[in-house]
Amino acid sequence: MNSQPDGRPANLLEVRGLTKIFGTLKACDDVDLTIGKGEIHALLGENGAGKSTLVKMLFGSLEPYSGQIRWNGEPVAISSPSVARRLGLGMVFQHFSLFEALSAAENIALSLDDDTPIGTIAAKARALSYSYGLPLDPYAMVGDLSVGERQRIEIIRCLLQAPDLIILDEPTSVLTPQEADRLFETLERLREEGKSILYISHRLEEVKRLCDKATVMRHGRVVGHCDPRNETAASLARMMVGNEVQRVVRMPAEDMQDAEKLLEIRDLSRRPATPFSTPLNGICLDVRAGEVIGVAGVAGNGQGEFFEAVSGEVLQPAAGTIRLRGKDAGRLNITGRRLLGAAFVPEERLGHGAAPRLPLSENLLLSRHATDGKAFVGAAGLLRTGAIDRAAQRIVGVMDVRKSGHDPEAAALSGGNLQKFLIGRELDRRPAVLVVNQPTWGVDAGAAARIRQSLIELARGGSAVLVISQDLDELFEISDAIAVMHNGELSRPLAIAEATREKIGLLMGGAEPRHLHQAAETA
Amino acid sequence: MGIAESILLTIATAATPLLIAAIGELVVERAGVLNLGVEGMMVMGAVCGFAGATVTGSPWLGVLAGIAAGAAFSLLFAFLTLSIAANQVATGLSLTLLGLGLSGMIGESFVGTAGNKLSSLAIPGLSDIPLVGRLMFGQDPIFYLSILLTIGVMWFLFRTRTGLTLRSIGDNHGSAHALGIPVIFYRYLAVMFGGACAGLAGAHLSLVYTPQWVENMTAGRGWIALALVVFASWRPLRVLAGAYLFGAVTIGQLHAQALGLGIPSQLLSSLPYLATVVVLVIISRNRRLTMMNTPASLGRAFVPDR
Repeated sequence: MNSQPDGRPANLLEVRGLTKIFGTLKACDDVDLTIGKGEIHALLGENGAGKSTLVKMLFGSLEPYSGQIRWNGEPVAISSPSVARRLGLGMVFQHFSLFEALSAAENIALSLDDDTPIGTIAAKARALSYSYGLPLDPYAMVGDLSVGERQRIEIIRCLLQAPDLIILDEPTSVLTPQEADRLFETLERLREEGKSILYISHRLEEVKRLCDKATVMRHGRVVGHCDPRNETAASLARMMVGNEVQRVVRMPAEDMQDAEKLLEIRDLSRRPATPFSTPLNGICLDVRAGEVIGVAGVAGNGQGEFFEAVSGEVLQPAAGTIRLRGKDAGRLNITGRRLLGAAFVPEERLGHGAAPRLPLSENLLLSRHATDGKAFVGAAGLLRTGAIDRAAQRIVGVMDVRKSGHDPEAAALSGGNLQKFLIGRELDRRPAVLVVNQPTWGVDAGAAARIRQSLIELARGGSAVLVISQDLDELFEISDAIAVMHNGELSRPLAIAEATREKIGLLMGGAEPRHLHQAAETA
Repeated sequence: MGIAESILLTIATAATPLLIAAIGELVVERAGVLNLGVEGMMVMGAVCGFAGATVTGSPWLGVLAGIAAGAAFSLLFAFLTLSIAANQVATGLSLTLLGLGLSGMIGESFVGTAGNKLSSLAIPGLSDIPLVGRLMFGQDPIFYLSILLTIGVMWFLFRTRTGLTLRSIGDNHGSAHALGIPVIFYRYLAVMFGGACAGLAGAHLSLVYTPQWVENMTAGRGWIALALVVFASWRPLRVLAGAYLFGAVTIGQLHAQALGLGIPSQLLSSLPYLATVVVLVIISRNRRLTMMNTPASLGRAFVPDR
């Protein structure tokens, strides 16, 4: 092992007192972090804890306000990503930094600072990707690839630069369980080769399985260093959140076979709207009163297109494709479907679920002007502001929405609190059918538990709930049955008793993507 | 010289300024910047080119003056949209209005002055080849330059690393920034290249096409160039095809008007626009290819966070 003269093992990276301030927010406050050689180091924390800000400073994309970074014992100023790359830092971004209209090899070329010809890069990338068991077609257009394949490009791009420290920002949030396993094998092999890895995640089980050390952040500060192998998932969660996380309770459902079918989807197909979107193919699904059905799947397999078709953002050619409470709804728009008793919560909170610059009360009216017309709109179309305001405050109370001021703008709320309000806005109506896309994406653990519990309670009260999510843990926690969407097709729902992570994972992976076979043939 | 040959020569002369301005704008848009000020930069190039040639007595110095004027004018746009992130559409429109006004003021004393034409450059030997000789090798110097420019830009965009970097910025400036590519710097250079091309195109109008200065003499050619770039789905060879098609129909309809075919002249005058749009829309109906070539961050302001 590499040692300094005084006998202490040399640390690869030492961070002391790193601080970053955005306006009045201290995104990172006096952060210390030490990473040794050949170590997988976990950086844990909830959304907004400052993890991404910290690694962006390490990679030179953000400038620290104060603090010091030492690399191999030497103080360094990382002023840009190319400086970071020259030092030996590589980064795999959470929101991929890829270019959709370019090929994989061109994407890789853009992060290399020399002028290696594309053909050479492609050959190297292909060889490296096969040696790590992450097969990659260097000439495929990124826009055509699945999220898992895109991540391979990012990883291969990073490995080609032979870095000493690899930063991975939430790498498994978009992978199937099998893809995640393959990633862990790759990371363990890199550790054996003496590389260090900074692994950012909020999935505690995988951190316990993979990592040697952990640093936990909360509200921009480091709240603890520990060895994750000696901790339990619950103790790690407590460090992250700061208090106990409420457990979601799923009351046993009664026999569903005789319950009324409130949402029926019959042979739903859609042609792709843009070259990069997924077509839908013959989707059939029933959701009965009293049950929660989960739709699992890796992002980009048609979930967005499916939600648009079910919610009425896009109409179907045949009215019978979507039936709500026994009535054909395929030709009805969103308002028409809401009037039949359905409610919808889209994935994107700001700009789709809520108008960012409008106060909460006006956002309430946006989705309920038709269904609650009598309560909220008076004679001659004038708004009953008092009634709207009371309803908004009622939702805030029921869902425990934390806000500043009486009726703030939607954009002023944190992601989790806005999501609680948006779900609460629909629950407040007691809809017969609720369709939610990514109910807890980017939401902290406490708020997520609150949201999940309320979805189960709605179903047990006699409604049909359809949840589209990429978070398998969430689906296992709340669903009575899970169907899997892959490449625009939906599997038969598996009852929760017979669904295992392995079965669901295999369905999520589907068959190997077609173009990879082609790549293997031409290789 | 036969009549067909002379018609073909005038087509090339009509197409050259469109081609140059459009190729310049193509590079700008490939970098993700939408500069609607092409007309303004072009008319500045025309007046400064004419003034330069008249004052110095050298049409070549006039050409340089036109290029410099276009580039300098585009720098104003670059500063407003890139350094202080002003709205690109509004800034581009203002640039056009400003250019039309300013050029009228600069050119006031030159109205009616006899022009100083840039003479044709016959390439010895090659220009004597029958039929195509004079057409291909007996043209004005800027014609050759426009062809070289098209080939050069194709090579640059699709064969060099710097060209790849430029295209990546147009596709996703956020990702480019995350990789450490100096987005603003590249865009400055691209915008100034576009300005220089528009200035050269303008100088061609006032030194070759009609060697004189008339107010608003660009007559909407900057807008045609902009439209060509979009309808050619940001591909240089299609821009070339579109520019020559436009030139051909323009000249063709002039001859048709002279023949007095009894077709309303307004209809004939609109033909070049109609034909160019229709043909380019038909050849770019492959939506997938168009999507691949469309710069996805076109027109979006970029403010890096540090």
